[in-house]
This record gives sequence, C-alpha cells and structure tokens, in this order.
Amino acid sequence: MRATAPSRTQLGAPPATGGAPLDFEVSNLWKVFGADSARIASDESMRSHSAADILASTGCVTAVRDLSFSVARGEVFVVMGLSGSGKSTLVRCLTRLIEPTAGAISLDGHDVMALNPKELRELRRRKVSMVFQHFGLLPFRSVLDNVAFGLEIRGIGPAERYATAREVIELVGLHGYEARFPDQLSGGMQQRVGLARALAADPDVLLFDEPFSALDPLIRRDMQAEVIRLHRDMGKTMVFITHDLNEALKLGDRILIMRNGELVQIGTGDELVGAPADEYVADFVSDVARSHVLTLKWVVTDVPHDLPSGASTLPANTIISDAIPAVLGSSSPVLVVDGDTVIGVVDRDAILREVAGVPHIC
Amino acid sequence: MTTTPPRSPRTLATRIRPRTWLIVGIIVAWLLAWRLLDGLWTLSLQSAEVTPLHLWLNEVNVWVSNNRDSNPVFVYLFDGIRGAVGALAGVFIALFVKTDVGLQLPEIGWLGVVALVTWVAAAVGNLRVALLTAVGFTAFGVLGLFGDAMWTFALTLTAVIISCLIGIPIGIWAGLSRRAEAVVTPVLDFMQTLPSFVYLAPLALLFLIGPPSAVIATVIYAAPPIIRLTAHGIRAGPATIGEAVDSLGANRRQRLWTTLLPLARNSIVVGLNQTVMAALSMVTIAALIAAPGLGQRVVQALQSLNVGNAFVAGLAIVVMAIVLDRVTTAASRRAEISARHSTDARRRRRVVALGAGLLVVVGAVYASRTFLWAARFPDGLSIGPWLSSVVGGATAWVQGALSILTANLKDGITIAIINPFQALLTGSPFFVVAAVILAIALIVGGVRATVVSALCLALVIAVGLWEDAMVTLGATLIATVVTMAIGIVVGVVMGRSSRVDQWLRPVLDAAQTMPAFVYLIPFLGLFGPSRFTAIVAAVIYASPVVIKIVAEGIGAVSAEAVEAAESTGASGWQTITKVQLPLAAASITLATNQGLIYVLSMVVVGGLVGGGALGYDVVAGFSQSSLFGKGLAAGVAIVLLGIMLDRITKSATQRRVTRLPGTRRARTSTAPIPAAH
Repeated sequence: MRATAPSRTQLGAPPATGGAPLDFEVSNLWKVFGADSARIASDESMRSHSAADILASTGCVTAVRDLSFSVARGEVFVVMGLSGSGKSTLVRCLTRLIEPTAGAISLDGHDVMALNPKELRELRRRKVSMVFQHFGLLPFRSVLDNVAFGLEIRGIGPAERYATAREVIELVGLHGYEARFPDQLSGGMQQRVGLARALAADPDVLLFDEPFSALDPLIRRDMQAEVIRLHRDMGKTMVFITHDLNEALKLGDRILIMRNGELVQIGTGDELVGAPADEYVADFVSDVARSHVLTLKWVVTDVPHDLPSGASTLPANTIISDAIPAVLGSSSPVLVVDGDTVIGVVDRDAILREVAGVPHIC
Repeated sequence: MTTTPPRSPRTLATRIRPRTWLIVGIIVAWLLAWRLLDGLWTLSLQSAEVTPLHLWLNEVNVWVSNNRDSNPVFVYLFDGIRGAVGALAGVFIALFVKTDVGLQLPEIGWLGVVALVTWVAAAVGNLRVALLTAVGFTAFGVLGLFGDAMWTFALTLTAVIISCLIGIPIGIWAGLSRRAEAVVTPVLDFMQTLPSFVYLAPLALLFLIGPPSAVIATVIYAAPPIIRLTAHGIRAGPATIGEAVDSLGANRRQRLWTTLLPLARNSIVVGLNQTVMAALSMVTIAALIAAPGLGQRVVQALQSLNVGNAFVAGLAIVVMAIVLDRVTTAASRRAEISARHSTDARRRRRVVALGAGLLVVVGAVYASRTFLWAARFPDGLSIGPWLSSVVGGATAWVQGALSILTANLKDGITIAIINPFQALLTGSPFFVVAAVILAIALIVGGVRATVVSALCLALVIAVGLWEDAMVTLGATLIATVVTMAIGIVVGVVMGRSSRVDQWLRPVLDAAQTMPAFVYLIPFLGLFGPSRFTAIVAAVIYASPVVIKIVAEGIGAVSAEAVEAAESTGASGWQTITKVQLPLAAASITLATNQGLIYVLSMVVVGGLVGGGALGYDVVAGFSQSSLFGKGLAAGVAIVLLGIMLDRITKSATQRRVTRLPGTRRARTSTAPIPAAH
C-alpha cells in the first residue's frame, strides 16, 4: 500500500525549477581551520578521515567537508543544520569572507575562487549582499546612513545614495525611522535595517545567516513573511541559513541539511519529510505536521479498477491539508494528476491518516 | 570587623604555611647575618663621593656639550628634533606667554585667553565646564601666576598635540596589526614602569635643558595612554560589524575610516584625557630641567622650603588639572551624544550661540591686544602673595602647635620602623641582601623573575649606587606596605558597599588626576623635609590606584559565592577573609604591582623634600655638573629597581591568575559542537 516515493537520486540533482540558469555552483568545497589546513584538504588520505579523526590527529577543525550543490536563479535555497554544523562557515565561504581551503565556487558562470581582492570587493558590492544574525549595523550611523552605507562604499554620491536608501527603507517598512539610531530600534526593526542595507545595493543574490534567530517568535514570523513578500516581488536568489526546520520548510524551495560539515540531504521540503535520507533527518522532521508539508503525490495509491468515471482530479503538487475539502467532499477517491498523467488516487482514509499523524503501515 | 579575629588568622596561616614559613626563615637568617656582619661589605658611597663610572659620565657630558655643534648626529638629528619641537612650542608660547618684542606681552592677553578657552570648552563640552574654565583661568591671575600658568598650559598643549600626532597613528597601527602590537606593547609597558623623573637626565643630555626637552620628555611620558587606548578602540570594534562591512565590499581604507575609527572614537577621547593629565603632570616635573611655569614655582619653593609659595603654585596646578580633566571628560561625553538626541532646532540654536560667543572672543582678544589691563593681569587683583603668607603662617603655627603630634608621629615612625629597616638593608653585606631579595623573588615570582632581578641587582652594583638604592628600596617597601594596608581595608569596604563606592570614587578619580608634585606640598607643611614626608606623600599618591584595583577585585567576586557563604552562616569578617579576599587574590597582587610602581616614582620625587638617596642624587645631578654622572647613574638605578619590582610582582600576578580556576581563560577554539539529537 506504500506510496512510491521519488528515489534518492534527487540528492544533488539539478534544482527543482529545472532548466533555469544557475547562480551559485559549489563543488567539493572544504574549509578546515588550523595550522595544517591546506595539507589536509589536498591530501587524499586525510580526506577520507572523519572530522573527529582529523581533529584528534592534527588539531585542525573541519567546518565544511566536501560539499557540492547548486543554487538556481530566483531560488530560495535553505541550508539547515544545528549549531556547529558548519552552515555559517559555508555561507561565508560563498563570498570568501572566510577563505575556503579547497574546492570550486562559481557565481553566474564566473569563478569566485579566481577573483583578486579588488574583483572580490566588486562582487560583494554589486552582486551578493549578506544579512547577519547580529545585524552588524554601525551604531554611530542613523538608519538612513546605515542603509546607504553599501552605496557609499561603492563611491556613489550623497544625493543618489540617499534617494535609493529612502526607497529601500520604504520597501522594508521602516518609513519614518530614517533619523533613528540602531540602539533606538527593536531587534526586528534593526534586522529590517540590515535587510534594507543588503537590498540597497540591488544585488543578484542575498545571503542570510540565521537572520531571525535573535528575534522573538512573533517578530520572526513577521520577518519571514517579509522575506517571502520580497522574494515574490523582486525574485532575487536567496541563500538562507537557519537551524529552525519550520523556517526552512516555510521559506525554502530546496533545503540542504548539514551535519558536522557534511551534506546529509538536499531536496524540497516534502522530499525531506516524505523520504528522509537517514535516521538523522528522519529524527529532525519527526515533529513536522506532515499534512502541511507533504503533497498528494506522497499519499497516492494505485487507481482501483472499480473507480467510477467522472471522478474529480487534483494536481499532484497540492498540499495535503489544502486537499482536505475536495477529497472529503467527494464520494469516491480523487484522481491525482501530474500534468496530463494520472499518477494515482487519494481517498479519505489516506488524507485522514496523514492529518492524524498515523505512521504508514509498510 | 574585629569581633572574631582569633580563628581566621590561624586557618589562613595553615593554608599558606609552607611559603610563609620559608619567607620567615629567610628573614630570620638575614637578621642573624646582619648581627654578625654589620657594617661589612656595605658598598657605601657618601653623597659627595663619585665612582670612576660617574666621572666617565661627567666626561661624556662635557664631550657632548663641547661637540654638539660639530657632531652630525647632534646637528642634524637631535638639534633637528629640538628645533621642530621648539618651533611648535614657540607658536603657543608667543600666543599665550610672551613675544620677544616691546613689553614682551603675548599675542593674546589674559582676557583674550580666558574668553578663548571658555569658548573652546563650551564648543567641545558644555556650559558647565565652560564656566569652570572661565573661573579656573581667571583664578590663575588672582593667584598672581597667570604668566606661569600660561607657560605650563602652552607646554602641555604642545606636548599633547605631538603625542596625538605620533600616538594615534601608532595606536591605529597597533590596533590593526598583531605584529605591530607585539612590538609596541612591551615598549609601552616598559615606558610606564619608569618613574617620570628618570627621563629627564638623559633627555637633557641629548636635547639640552629648556622648553623643547621638557616637551620631548612630556611626550614620552604622555603618549602611551593614547597609543594604548587608540589600539584598544580599534581592536574592540565588534567582529560582527567588521564582517558586515567586509560583506559590503569595503576596502581596508574604507573599513578604517568608516567603521573602525568611528567605533574607536570614545576610546580615543578617553586616551586623550589620560594623555592630557599625564602631560600636565610631566610638564610640572620637567621644571627640573628648566621648563618654566608652575612646576618651577613649586620646585623653587620646595628648595627654599617656602610652603606658602609652594601651596599657591600647587593650587594653580590643581586648578589646571581639574579644568583640563573636566573639559576633556565632557568632550568625551559629548562625542557620544552629539549626533543623536539632538534635533535640528537644538543644533541650530547651539551653532548660533557659539557664533555669538565667537564674536565675544574676538572682541576680548582685540581688547587684550589693545589695553594693558586686558593684556597683563592687573597685579592689584592678585591675592597670591597674601595667600602665600597666610599659608606660610598657618604652616608655622601647625608645625609649632601640633609638633607634639606631628613631630612625635614622624620621629616615632622614623626611629621605630624606617631607621631599623634602612639599617638592615644598608648595614648587611650586599651579597646577603641580594641573596635575600633573590630568594624572595624565587618564592613569589618564579625563576624568570629571579633571573631578571639578579641582573638588575648586578647592574645596580655596577653603577656604584648600592647603598642609595637600598635606602630608596627600603622607603619604597615601607610605603608600599602601608599603601597596601590602606588599599585593602578601604578597597574591601568600597567593593562591598555601593554607597561608599559612589561617594569615594569621584574623590579617587580626582586624586589620580593630580600631578605627582602637588602631593608633596601639604606633607612638607605638616612634617617639614624628611624621609618620612616623602614616604607619606608616596602612600597618599599611590593609594587611589590600589584602592580602586582592590575594590574592583572584591566587586568582581561572584555574588553567588558571597551568597553561598552567607547562607552557611558566615559572619561579615568570615565572608571577607574566607571568600572575598581569596577570590580577589589576583587583583590584590596586581594592586601591589601598581602600588610599588606608583610609590617608587613618588619616593624618588621625594628627593626634593629630604627623601634623600637616589632621588636626591638625580636632583643634585641636575644642579651640579660635577654630580651629573652620579645623577644619571641614579636614574639608571631607579629604572633597575622599577624593573625588578615590576617583574617580581607581575609574575606573581600571572601565577595567581593561572592558579585561580575561575579566571582561567577558555580555550578559544572553533571546534564544532557535536550535533545533539
């Protein structure tokens, strides 16, 4: 009776948006901290050792271990892991705020590792902006000056940069706070300033390093909604670091789960919940309300022979909880279609089982 | 606090028994050796006697003065520096003190100066400090010392400007580069352990006496705080901000100017405050190498034992210290609030008010260049001589009427403590004393401190001033013991009670801003010239810093530890002796280190009021060319004593810090924490 889950070949496969141009392409990225770091990343025999073995034998800390993934243009790509999993190091490696030990990074087809310091600064000024967990605002500058800071660094004159900054301030809902100083704002407001500063440069890619971890839950929800709105309006590529699975599922087109610097699984939210790669991920997603994450394709059963003709249909990417009225209101099982193909049916039992959180009987 | 003494000392003694008994044993052995060998191998040298080394240094002095016009090192290097510094000082001297033409009036007379400094105080600070500045600068005139005060002011200003020009870039460099910091820090540490006194002789040798070398000495003494605090400010910028600025693509120059320097601004202004206070202190002491000004008035008065005149000049120095401290402190507060909290309207009002004030300044400056009464402070308004005679009279009366008290106290302590201790140090054979010092260094400070101490003692012997060094060491140790007793008692009270802290802290802060010189004056008035006077002045001079460090240590003891002790029923005394003092041990050792350094520098200055020994040798070296070499050697001996005492107590502090479990530094590692399931 078990649904046919997509195979795990999705791991590291081309992004779900399929065919869209790539923004970031990362392959075999390593970051090792310590005196001997260069030797370890280049040494084949060391590469096969675990992080704990490397630490014990050389005193070097492996923060990112042989990671490969790609981020499509316009995608929200979430990297998730517990603290110490290396996710913050990973995001800093993307613009070489932390210099990777080995591996290749390309942005929009350009080799980031080959850039000289000047080109790297240009990349940071125009293409990739970052939002930080602890905001990183300059305490002696007003909101307006903080938002305009990146443009000032770029050498843009006062009139133009303040005009741009005011627009962006409007965009993130800080109108009226231009003359305030960071310490006069709440945490959520400060992070809006951080967000505005990143947006002011009009970059192609936004990097978020646990931007909402320091905020209280209600503010966090507002800010998540803000990010979703901005993404809808501006369509920028986003790489989002978090340790909060619900945040990851809410925001992410695809999610990369990291542990001890290593990739555990990449996939869409429903792939992680529906087909966890291992115990670790399964444990992670065990508390998730499945009916809010999984789509119908995860609960379809084979089309019964006695299906009456004229049964209603639902697309396969419908979230289970959204399908409840249609399925419960139908007297017969509902056909699930992917495009023109019928991939199966769902009935009341299947829906109710997921809503009630009853595990599958395999 | 003394209600339950019998138990705790015994338990304290049992806890630290081995080291204590070892030290007691050493002292007993020393006393025995002294009894047996009293007067033998004491390396004594009378005050007029000199050694071949001193004579050779005299010859160096003569050679320098004969050849300084022909030797290229002097012509181009030292005279060049001297000329540049002198030119800058000359600008301020011409502005505030005197010009060489006509009546030798300054470019700006007293009225103009008062108006100008008041306006500057209002501009960088606020109205309150502006008022204080106006009153303070007028007071110089009322005390009859306006010209002298302007000398001191002009030299201090010159030294502060040079200190900032040199110090801020070095500070930035040390803040940005770990390697630069590794070079700069030990140099600054060394400079700050030297008593201010000892810079003077070598500088006078290289730069002659007079205002330029006074400014150079002052810069050496006053630059370290601004270097340190600039470096600290640069380094203390939060890493998160630095990273954010990097992520925006800032280059190194942008990072420095837009982020690091603004973040460091407060710290730099605090450094400026400390530099200004150090400069004022040193400019007054530089009177010994013929720097004109208030310091010279004090020195002249001290040398003729005219307490009245010394008091008036000392008062003027105190007034200047208060004004400079308040104005620079207000400036640092202003730096914080300037941009924020002030609306456009308020800012505009302020600009208008300052503009109007500037007109008044221009008028006053014009008047001071036009009318004699506004150029030179009218003598008729001066109460200086009257005040001097009143204080002189009062001093005479006090010394007469209270002589039973003061003379008995002085004589009692001199006979009971100072004389025997000095006799022990100077009467024992030098190798016995050296062995005792090294043994204690080994027990307290460890091997490295002992090696350094051995080297220092050997050099003291080599410069031929063993006996004088031992007298100075004796006075320093006695004064330090008293200082520590006061410091621990007051510091514990202050650390335990926030009310006492609130009340006492401003007093201590004020006391720390006073130049070393003025501490001598009241005690000279009370006790006359003697070793005792120098020791008392040193105790009072060093107490504030010791009290503060102890109070900080006591205050830093975790409230939980104290609560836990109280919850088990410990009395106040038990809490102090069993919990707070042991936990504050590192602070107390650090306080001892600072106390020794402060006391040593003051004991040396005490050579001016009968402190004798090395301090006297230095002073005599300035005034008599036949004793120049001995004075220079005495300066070296002071440095050696300073290094030795500093090394021993510093390594004792480090041992303490590493021994205390609570203060051990956490290992900085970026090791990932294993993921929890």
